[in-house]
Amino acid sequence: MDTLIEGFQEALKLLISLDREVLQIIAVSLRVSGTALVFSVLIGLPLGTFLGLANFPGKKIITAFLYTGMGFPPVVVGLFVFIIFSNAGPLGDLNWLFTTRAIVVAQTVIALPLVAGFIMTAVMGVDKNLLLQLRSLGVTRVQMIWTIIKEARLGALIAIIAGFGAVISEVGAVMLVGGNIQGKTRVLTTAIMLETRQGRFGLAIALGLILLVITFIINIFMLNLQEKERS
Amino acid sequence: MSITYKLENISKIYDGKQILNIKELEFKTGEIFGLVGPSGAGKSTLLRLLNFLEKPSSGRIKYNGNGYLDGTLPDLDQRRSITTVLQRSALLHQSVWKNVIFPLEIRDIKITKAKSSEIEELLQYLGLYEIKDQRADKLSGGEAQRVAMARAVVFEPDVLLLDEPTSNLDPSNISIIEKMIQRYIKKAGKTIIMVTHNIMQAKRLADRVGLIYEGEMIEVAEKNKFFNNPERNLTEKFLDGELIY
Repeated sequence: MDTLIEGFQEALKLLISLDREVLQIIAVSLRVSGTALVFSVLIGLPLGTFLGLANFPGKKIITAFLYTGMGFPPVVVGLFVFIIFSNAGPLGDLNWLFTTRAIVVAQTVIALPLVAGFIMTAVMGVDKNLLLQLRSLGVTRVQMIWTIIKEARLGALIAIIAGFGAVISEVGAVMLVGGNIQGKTRVLTTAIMLETRQGRFGLAIALGLILLVITFIINIFMLNLQEKERS
Repeated sequence: MSITYKLENISKIYDGKQILNIKELEFKTGEIFGLVGPSGAGKSTLLRLLNFLEKPSSGRIKYNGNGYLDGTLPDLDQRRSITTVLQRSALLHQSVWKNVIFPLEIRDIKITKAKSSEIEELLQYLGLYEIKDQRADKLSGGEAQRVAMARAVVFEPDVLLLDEPTSNLDPSNISIIEKMIQRYIKKAGKTIIMVTHNIMQAKRLADRVGLIYEGEMIEVAEKNKFFNNPERNLTEKFLDGELIY
């Protein structure tokens, strides 16, 4: 119990004093996960929309892959990304392993099925009657797709929340491909793991609290947007 | 009176079942055509073909003098001169105003001051002006259908297809929509084809009425003749309420 209380006291100290190391870890975490989220939305939005609208042979299999991806263990994603970027791998020449770029790739792969899957579900949920009505009003194909995306915006928002939640709190893949290098690839989750192992509970708790607060703030922000949409 | 549509040997088959089989049918410019018939007779399918939302399995639809054989489609400009108000109003999750100007936006028509006043007048006429900033998904059924009507006429299509636009509405909403229909047909070069289950509504609004039954046009006649002196036995049965619908 004492350890926990001491840990919280130290955590508060670190947070109030705006510890340089802590700030750096937060910055790397947000930059890496934010970039991965942007990439997963850039790929997932058109992919999810296409899957939600189009009917083609093999759609079931792609959808099944997507759903499998939603529950895929991140550490396995990390393993594949590690192999691809290792010296023996096809992209080894890029020397991205143990850099934030490799983490971005891994996190993008982790978030993509969630983003695309939720967007696909949201697009599929758009009233079929509305699709008929839009065509009757004379929309072009591009206008139709854009209007549907706007109609499915609540689902898209949930997709973004889910995607961000998945990558900011992920540890296995980041550890594998990033290596937890201080000042370079150390993010909140890997830092918590390291500090806990070294018995520096104060820093670990401080980082844990920050992770919780960041996730909470982003969720509150998204929920507010959602509320605004509904009202 | 010129001819807006001429249908020749139109057939529509779904899953091997013939839904429509119309040898010949014309719709005239400037008329309100009332399309009546039991449920499942093919009325809505016919409207979808007229709006070129679906292709006929075979046959030719002539629209404004141009023939479209076996499911070929008119160009976008031609298709954009037709629209349908569906039975269940399908509105965007946006404000009433945004819904109404949607057809103008997709046509890149600028909302000038003059256009804006025109739209406001339309909203006043339909009793929607006070709620123009409200979200469309919060509206009552009657309000939503009036928004759908405003959205359909705002870009002044040549053909207005109405698929039971007042079913499930209360008398005051029915009255507003019927007045709108009567006002719209007075504009030059417009054609209205209206599916209705309400015989009294067809009597009030239509110039000509057609009975469709099991995919076939049974009888088409001027309103008075259709209701007072029908030629076909099936039409009499329908008017007497003996056909189930």
